[in-house]
Amino acid sequence: MKEVLLPRARPSRWVEFGFQGLSILMALLFTTLVLLMAGAPPLEAYRQVLEGAFGSLKRATDILVAWVPLMLVTSGLLLTFTAGLWNIGVEGQIVLGAIAATGLMRALQETSLPPPLILALAMTAGMVGGAAWASLAGLLKIYGGVHEIFGGLGLNFVATTMILWLIFGPWKRPGIGSMSGTEPFPERLWLPTFPGLRLSPWALLLALLSVALVYVLLRNTYFGLRLKAIGKNIRAAHRLGVPTARYLLLALLGCGAMAGLAGAIQVAAVYHRLIPPISSGYGYLGLLVAMLANYRVSWSVPVAFFFAALNIGSIQLPITLKLDSTLSGVMQGALVLFVLLMQGARARWRSKSVAEQGDDA
Amino acid sequence: MKVEMRHIYKSFGPVRALQDVSLTVEAGTIHGLLGENGAGKTTLMKILSGYLRPDRGEILLDGKPVRFTSPAEGLRHGIGMLHQDPMDFPAMSVLDNFMMGHEGGFWLDRRGARRALQELARQFGFDLDPDVRVDHLTVGERQQLELLRLLWRGVRVLILDEPTTGISAPQKVRLFDTLRRLAGEGKTIIFVTHKLEEVEELCHRVTVLRQGHLAGEATPPYSPQRLIEMMFGRPLPMPERQPVPPGEPVLEIRNLVVGDHRLRLSRANLTVRSGEIIGLAGMEGSGQQLFMRACAGLVRPWEGSIRVRGKDLTGKPYHAFLEAGVLFVPANRLEEGLIPGLTLTEHFQLVYPNGRYLIDWEQARAEAQRRIRDFSIRGKPETVVEALSGGNQQRTLLALIRTPAHLLLLEHPTRGLDVESSMWVWRRLKERAQEGTALMVISSDLQELMQYCDRIIVFFSGRISEPIPTEELTLDRLGHMIAGRGW
Repeated sequence: MKEVLLPRARPSRWVEFGFQGLSILMALLFTTLVLLMAGAPPLEAYRQVLEGAFGSLKRATDILVAWVPLMLVTSGLLLTFTAGLWNIGVEGQIVLGAIAATGLMRALQETSLPPPLILALAMTAGMVGGAAWASLAGLLKIYGGVHEIFGGLGLNFVATTMILWLIFGPWKRPGIGSMSGTEPFPERLWLPTFPGLRLSPWALLLALLSVALVYVLLRNTYFGLRLKAIGKNIRAAHRLGVPTARYLLLALLGCGAMAGLAGAIQVAAVYHRLIPPISSGYGYLGLLVAMLANYRVSWSVPVAFFFAALNIGSIQLPITLKLDSTLSGVMQGALVLFVLLMQGARARWRSKSVAEQGDDA
Repeated sequence: MKVEMRHIYKSFGPVRALQDVSLTVEAGTIHGLLGENGAGKTTLMKILSGYLRPDRGEILLDGKPVRFTSPAEGLRHGIGMLHQDPMDFPAMSVLDNFMMGHEGGFWLDRRGARRALQELARQFGFDLDPDVRVDHLTVGERQQLELLRLLWRGVRVLILDEPTTGISAPQKVRLFDTLRRLAGEGKTIIFVTHKLEEVEELCHRVTVLRQGHLAGEATPPYSPQRLIEMMFGRPLPMPERQPVPPGEPVLEIRNLVVGDHRLRLSRANLTVRSGEIIGLAGMEGSGQQLFMRACAGLVRPWEGSIRVRGKDLTGKPYHAFLEAGVLFVPANRLEEGLIPGLTLTEHFQLVYPNGRYLIDWEQARAEAQRRIRDFSIRGKPETVVEALSGGNQQRTLLALIRTPAHLLLLEHPTRGLDVESSMWVWRRLKERAQEGTALMVISSDLQELMQYCDRIIVFFSGRISEPIPTEELTLDRLGHMIAGRGW
């Protein structure tokens, strides 16, 4: 047998860029079509989105307010994706983080403990809550043979029910329970923000720390290498001596902790109470961000920012153009679909060109 | 229907599975296709039935060239294949499986299908309950079901891939009767096997494949001697071997019984001493893989005990075996052995971490460089393993064997390698043995086993022979034993 080093079957950088550019173009085209069908002027709508996102300092910092939970969730998901896990349960993990943080703050708000301590404890409680919820999915998978997608999906429903029960039951506002959530916390228990803005430097710091942590974990540690090995070939990883069950669980715990922290920040820094849609769908959005970023930490930062900007930018569409603000969702969804489609197209193109090369050999 | 396959070539990546193989089968005959594992029998038949497409070559049915792009198309041309592992839907009923793939518009005709199934089953004397779920059937019954399904679909060419593995003796008798009868009715039967006695008992003609090449054809009366020669090649003169003085017992197996859903191995007792090389010979699926995996701690034995260097490891998890210095190197390199997508450096770091938490990539790269040199791997530290050739993947696997190892278990360590790479691998393994490691090697290359092993254990359909000292064996006797003779 001739010893040949097969080429790494990788098209040139330009081809790569070409495919990526094409998918963005197709997503824009698709969104434009949707806008035309809705009878809205597309260019005006895009201008409004830009305006809405970057029109003022306040709006621009609002993007960061949305970026913080999205980035936290995405960071966590990068751990589970690396280990080859589809942690759909991340939504529930955000919710449980929010519930745990709320529970702790409710329990301690009447005490004389210093507010920073209570807030720090609330953040920790959020992480523990999210991690605990994630561990359920992990234990179901490892010991019960329940695929993490189904386990996560089931646990998401339980989490939604639990939050509704708490808001309309034990934690309802004096008098009647309402969709507007639990009784707001006193202002001293709000995570401090920049003066005049909704952005909390502490929240921002936590999000940046988590990105940095995941970056280092995946790039420079044995923990990350083992997760990668498990994600790429769990049988071989097991045979080579990686304790696979333990690492799968650890990946889920890490992701749950970050998702839970996102939930706690939504409670303590954004809504100052527990509301039914506390997760704002950031869990599912985080899955999209991770996919669009091709599961790379460095790319996920700008992608998450872009998604956050779309969310914030489309907020005023209902007022100005009588369009629903879910336009951002249409764009995000279209973008991910087209990027994945292009990845599929590229893979086909690649295998074909490799096969042709093989014929020549 | 007369089947002709002309000058078929097929490669899987760098592996040449078939090279210039031609086969002619006359209508109304039972044609044997004989060869050891990896000879290309199944690949050739998958090409005939439409599961695979040949790289080159043509297929003629009754003289007309055909080209299939799917098994469904093959079936429409009247070619049906009974696969070695039943390709059915275990969670569905016999009747539903029977109707699977039936082309008859949108609506299901359950009643008609039931009648057809019962009629066919009666004709052939099979006892199949249409309403029972397929996972309650034995392998033999599932085979009968698949056979009836194919007949109902109107196949004229029936391919059976190792059909006697895992079925009972009476089922085998019934199967053979059925095949003879079908041939008598004018159907063309291709019977893929590695068992000589089945060829003698059943086949009107036999084609032998060896390592992807056509080795020859034979008609009755068969000379087993000649068939074995065609399967394994002519015996070469043996080089001198110097026996290694055996050391302490490393592996002690007492009354071990291992099995899976289709095979139950006979009771085994074995002591392997340090420095010894034990060969496990036998056709694929005769039980040697199962036996080795039990020794590696990957398969839990049903009975008996496994001790490694005096420590009882029976029923312990794989990690305990690993810690005791038992290392297993599987044959399917990219499925169980290596991790596609990870580079050589990353592989070495997984097995030999140079720190506790943080990876020093610079140092890791230098270490990888050194191992790449030591093991003559053609690749760079940042090469992903799937880009390596088979030989280099094998070298990488050997480079990933931890030291110290007390017991090395290797599945087909030289499969798919050229002569030079094989000799390199064996040199390495001999070195390990001289350093005191005990080795157990599965190989289908009998020559290789005879040359390098101290003792050889033969497996045949779950039967395990006593370990036979290699001096007392000849290639000829080994070949006979593997084919189920001279036990």
